[in-house]
Amino acid sequence: MKNIAIIDYGIGNLYSVLKACEFVGINAVITNDKNKITSSDAIILPGVGAFNDAMNSLNRLDLVNPIVDFSKSGKPLMGVCLGMQLLLSESEEFGSTKGLGIFEGICKKFPQINGDLKLKVPQINWNSIYPNNNNNSFKTNTPLEDIKSGEQMYFVHSYYADLVNEDEVLSKTIYGGIEYCSSISKKKIFGFQFHPEKSASEGLKIYDKFKEIINNKIE
Amino acid sequence: MKNIRIIPRLDIKGPNLVKGIHLEGLRALGKPSDFAKKYYEDGADELLLMDVVASLYDRNSLHEIISETSENVFIPITIGGGLRTLEDIKSVLRVGADKVALNTAAIKNPRLIQQAVNKFGSSTIVISIEAIKQENGDYFCFTDNGREFTGIEVIDWVRKVQELGAGEIIITSVDKEGTGKGLDEELISKVSKESSVPLIVHGGIGSKNHVKSILEYPSVDAVSAASIFHYDYVTKNTNKKTAGTEGNTEFLLSGRNVKNIETISLNDLKEFLFQNNVSVRKNK
Repeated sequence: MKNIAIIDYGIGNLYSVLKACEFVGINAVITNDKNKITSSDAIILPGVGAFNDAMNSLNRLDLVNPIVDFSKSGKPLMGVCLGMQLLLSESEEFGSTKGLGIFEGICKKFPQINGDLKLKVPQINWNSIYPNNNNNSFKTNTPLEDIKSGEQMYFVHSYYADLVNEDEVLSKTIYGGIEYCSSISKKKIFGFQFHPEKSASEGLKIYDKFKEIINNKIE
Repeated sequence: MKNIRIIPRLDIKGPNLVKGIHLEGLRALGKPSDFAKKYYEDGADELLLMDVVASLYDRNSLHEIISETSENVFIPITIGGGLRTLEDIKSVLRVGADKVALNTAAIKNPRLIQQAVNKFGSSTIVISIEAIKQENGDYFCFTDNGREFTGIEVIDWVRKVQELGAGEIIITSVDKEGTGKGLDEELISKVSKESSVPLIVHGGIGSKNHVKSILEYPSVDAVSAASIFHYDYVTKNTNKKTAGTEGNTEFLLSGRNVKNIETISLNDLKEFLFQNNVSVRKNK
């Protein structure tokens, strides 16, 4: 059985990520132990809250290099919500904060007003995800492979990913007239702005597919 | 068009799901996790669990309920009632809550909102407001299930909690709560004009048409209701005797207490809303 580490850096609801893993049969542990993380078969980086607090925690726990090194190992890695944003190069939260830099991209705050539209910030809602580049279906060999275009997922966030490399954009979502990148992928590294563990049966499919990727059923 | 979220509210006392009128006169209906699982399967967008007694000495049964519920329910769960400190908030997040709803503690110490937002993120912190209309027509905030007058005017409080970083607001009309007579439209109109964060309205829903009425308020993001779903569930499941030892469902079956409540399942409600041009997430 493969061992999966859910990285605990003091914030975020790790419990719901763990429950979703258990539900689909992923053998996961919650940990901040460097060695355990490095020796895992896959890692999940969850997170809710402020970008700079999260980076400070990762730095304090000396986890930045282990995560970046892991991302170069070819083993599967999944970031969720703030955990996806941390994979990017920086966030405009509190001026500018450097991220893990595994993907190009910058987190920007949703404006309160966009043209004639007034936006509620944070966005807290179920919203649709669409494949990039007007494709009819999501990229194969990713956790979204079995998800239909337009499927609704649960989002909770004030910042969104911008300036991501086009070929690394896995899905797009529209909020308040702003079309933004709602998930990213390259090789076996994935990031989801929404919460698959809180997106009912469709979200659990994403965990299930991630399990197949961990088990090497998908190359 | 944005989706309107439908959020069943489960009031909890000890091990039981309860329901009252004007937040008082509670009756036990059954086991909370049974109701939660059913609502999840029927397409609820979130769940709101409120510990309505919030005894400091009996947090264990609440923690058990949250933990049991989150085993089978993969939608967001908000917990409220009796959370006073950052440690209290952490303890419910640790057992499976995704968000917390604060009322009394936030009113007594508004700085708690800011501290909680800094620690857990603004989207984790929901402010619950219990509003009662005064003789002069103004709405004021109450605590302790509408029993304690705070002297704080509702709109002032809405502005303040948003400044302090609250991520979401749930507004309850205590006057309407449990009556099934419809939402307090004046209250909703006033609050929705001020809300720059997502707004959940609660109190008075007694029919599918009451839910539909929120279309009049584009700034409303979600509707929370209890009776219409609970009584539907209980009347359809009486043979199973889902009620615990304290369960008291006979009064429901007699029909006396539900005269204003047109019960409906979540599935049927969402289908109705969809047919009536209210954007909702359709169940799988």
